[in-house]
Amino acid sequence: MEATSHAFKDNVRRAIVDPGLQKALGMMKTGFQARRLAAIEKLPEFEQLRDVGRDIKNHVLENLDFYLERFERKVTEAGGHVHWCRTAEEARETILGLCRKACAKTVTKGKSMIAEEIALNDFLEEKGIEPVETDLGEYIIQLRREPPSHIIAPAVHLNKEDVIAAFHKSHTHLDPGRPMDDPHMLLDEARAVLRPKFLAADVGITGANFMIAETGSTIIVTNEGNGDLTQILPKMHIVLASLEKLVPTFEDAATILRLLARSATGQEFSVYTTVSTGPRRPGDLDGPEEFHVVLLDNGRTDILGTEFQDMLRCIRCAACLNHCPVYATVGGHAYGWVYPGPMGAVLTPTLIGIEAAGHLPNASTFCGRCESVCPMRIPLPKMMRHWREHEFERHLAPMAVRSGLALWAWLAKRPGLYRAVTGLAARVLGLLGRAHGRYGWLPLASGWTGGRDFPAPEGRTFMSQWRRRSGG
Amino acid sequence: MPAASPRVGLFVTCLVDLMRPSVGFAAVKLLEAAGCRVEVPASQTCCGQPAYNSGDRRDARDIARAVVAAFAGFDYVVAPSGSCAGMIHEHYPALFADEPETLAKARELAGRTHELVSFLVDVLKVERVDSAYSGVATYHDSCSGLRELKVKAQPRRLLASVAGLSLKELPGAEICCGFGGTFCVKYPEISERMAADKAEDVRATGADMLLAGDLGCLMNMAGKLQRDGSAIRVRHVAEVLAGMTETPPIGEPGG
Amino acid sequence: MSDARSQILGSIRRALRRDALPADKAAALEARLGDPQPNLIPARARGGAEAVVELFVQMAGNVQTTFSRVKSPRDVPGAVAEYLAGQNLPAAFAMAPDPELDAVPWAERPTLSIRRGRTEGTDQVSVTGAFAAVAETGTLMLTSGPSHPSTLNFLPETHIVVLPAGKVVGAYEDAWARLRAARDGTLPRTVNFVTGPSRTGDIEQRILMGAHGPRRLHVVLIEG
Repeated sequence: MEATSHAFKDNVRRAIVDPGLQKALGMMKTGFQARRLAAIEKLPEFEQLRDVGRDIKNHVLENLDFYLERFERKVTEAGGHVHWCRTAEEARETILGLCRKACAKTVTKGKSMIAEEIALNDFLEEKGIEPVETDLGEYIIQLRREPPSHIIAPAVHLNKEDVIAAFHKSHTHLDPGRPMDDPHMLLDEARAVLRPKFLAADVGITGANFMIAETGSTIIVTNEGNGDLTQILPKMHIVLASLEKLVPTFEDAATILRLLARSATGQEFSVYTTVSTGPRRPGDLDGPEEFHVVLLDNGRTDILGTEFQDMLRCIRCAACLNHCPVYATVGGHAYGWVYPGPMGAVLTPTLIGIEAAGHLPNASTFCGRCESVCPMRIPLPKMMRHWREHEFERHLAPMAVRSGLALWAWLAKRPGLYRAVTGLAARVLGLLGRAHGRYGWLPLASGWTGGRDFPAPEGRTFMSQWRRRSGG
Repeated sequence: MPAASPRVGLFVTCLVDLMRPSVGFAAVKLLEAAGCRVEVPASQTCCGQPAYNSGDRRDARDIARAVVAAFAGFDYVVAPSGSCAGMIHEHYPALFADEPETLAKARELAGRTHELVSFLVDVLKVERVDSAYSGVATYHDSCSGLRELKVKAQPRRLLASVAGLSLKELPGAEICCGFGGTFCVKYPEISERMAADKAEDVRATGADMLLAGDLGCLMNMAGKLQRDGSAIRVRHVAEVLAGMTETPPIGEPGG
Repeated sequence: MSDARSQILGSIRRALRRDALPADKAAALEARLGDPQPNLIPARARGGAEAVVELFVQMAGNVQTTFSRVKSPRDVPGAVAEYLAGQNLPAAFAMAPDPELDAVPWAERPTLSIRRGRTEGTDQVSVTGAFAAVAETGTLMLTSGPSHPSTLNFLPETHIVVLPAGKVVGAYEDAWARLRAARDGTLPRTVNFVTGPSRTGDIEQRILMGAHGPRRLHVVLIEG
């Protein structure tokens, strides 16, 4: 997709006055948080599991080359194929080649953020292959031709009315007067429309929540079952996964699985956790005849060994989005690329460049809620701060901010002068603001006073009063 | 173990110094009432957080180095702010990772630096305060204090001992108010919307007073409530705990 | 592609500031893979045989799995017939060609119409066995193979699983250990962990049942 992260501020202005979006965000705010809390309260070991999960991922990252080679060997032994791809383009071409080999006309897809990252749908369409998203949320936004706004709830920015409109427009073979006001009817309609697509697809493409080095297996986690129909019905199953999804053993995956659903949707476990190892076996009555893993780097190895390495522990649960007050205010599309919210604020600059995504790590109050809920204990605010350091060093921060801060820092390093200036400011602002106690407008502070009053200072600084009190 | 009469260096914080000195004096009163000898190093300015959070590591280090020097030798360093105390406690050591000598000093300073209310409760074992306020208050948990320093139960515990005061819990008390330091002027639309959500939650409690432990958040929330015409008074928690409510609430004109 | 492979491995090693792992370290990692150890297992998953069965029933029930509890395989046909009648479903289903299911005396219920094999999507109801069940979250573990086509787990609207209580274990790791022990070092093509019927929350966060997979998941638990 075309990134609009550079226009974050414009995106924000639109998002804030979009009543439909604000209504949808209002609905998501409390649900995810309450459900997560309820789920983890039932598992006393949750905090310990976070430590174990973090350590597993760190161990993998330190030995990533070893585990990748081992994973490849096991996939091959199970009759599958691993395709190593450095870039989005290589991955797209690889997938196209596989689809052509399978003479594919239609491809069903399970929800995959990596597929969004490499803009796979547009590419396949251009090449004359019809990609069909099968996750309900992904299907809805595919009909609307828009990107997901959330990494696990792609249509969370929409209301029921938007879904009704999209189905009306796209499902033209159905009676236009059919009743649609109950969400169950919408679900039944999507199920009925998608079922023949599942049965007719030539290739199924899914992502992977985990890859297991021990066995060469991949794991997907879903609630709808769409990912399973995607992989068992067509003759070819392609797994598209970025290389940091690796864990050593099933036991390691189980530990992280205990964290994943609870952090994501607040379920104790997702409905379907599917472990796939190679293609159909002799005697099997169903399942794909070919099993391919497209293993994507796309910038991951550039992050490895840097101050952003911890980000590679991310399991895409979206807890950070679900608890971010900024995300809750502006929604996912404002972030302007595939990954929104705190994890996106760290990851997006690594993937599309800090020049294009500079706003994202800045648009955080550092309230720290993301880190406090991250199951993999990723220090998200710290890494956003690292991005700000990169921007500062490269003079990418806005001039007004830079010069204002520079002046402040210059003063803060000169206590005598600082006292004189702050003393004067306190007196002037205190005096002028005394009658009302606050300012409705202040020069150079329209950002603040646009929507808020600014309290007037009391009039004399603490330090000057203290000096007098202690006779200094 | 606290000494019989610990020597405490008060880190006033730049916002309290400039905007609301009465919070500083309330802090002094609370600390002295708890048996501390309070001193205020004259060379202090700011903790350096604005520079640090803006990616300006060099200025942040310079300022931090001055704070480390200014507060050498005290038994404790106390700030009426979870944000500034958190900066010293959590982030100073990270600033000097490659400067072993200052790192040791920064770590040592971090170890004896506390947010005011948690210092009173956790270190000085203060169980009640001698003050009175007649009304219903609600309390917002400022983010840094809450998540970096685990300030949560301590203010509620002391507020429970204020005669005449009843505390009504604020729904979403742990959600950021939208201040975020320079965030509030860099992204004013988002900041203001967050402040508006907070103001709505505050109004819904029916409380007549909003309290918190960080002046930045308080100014933001007071500014939003007052712009909306709300009569809810806004104060730093230390003012109420110290029984120093003669100063007009934040953003209100003097008598 | 081998070029991409060596470049990716090369950049990993550069990032980690080392060459390929030395033999001793690689051997240690191979040993870790060769003898996989469980990490932290929650206390709730460590009950005795009876406790895990009760926990399984409770946890699965929490996620809308329904149960018939019977004493012996002889009772299974009756339980299935009764369940189908109760749901107003036809007494016909596609059944996994599973020797364990064949041992059930289906003929004693001649009203049941049974077809053995995979499903192409036209069957309303399927009946399968299960490899194991995991109590900690009420999760069934289904393994694909000639005796268990995985289409049966997903295409029909109603999925009935016949489960002897002895197959219930506490934790995922326990189930996986059983699977390893039951096989010669290879895995089935698919292992499906199923926790309740299919659902989605994609329309206004409301949980709706029966998204693409079964709308109903019913377990006939044999406790004899």
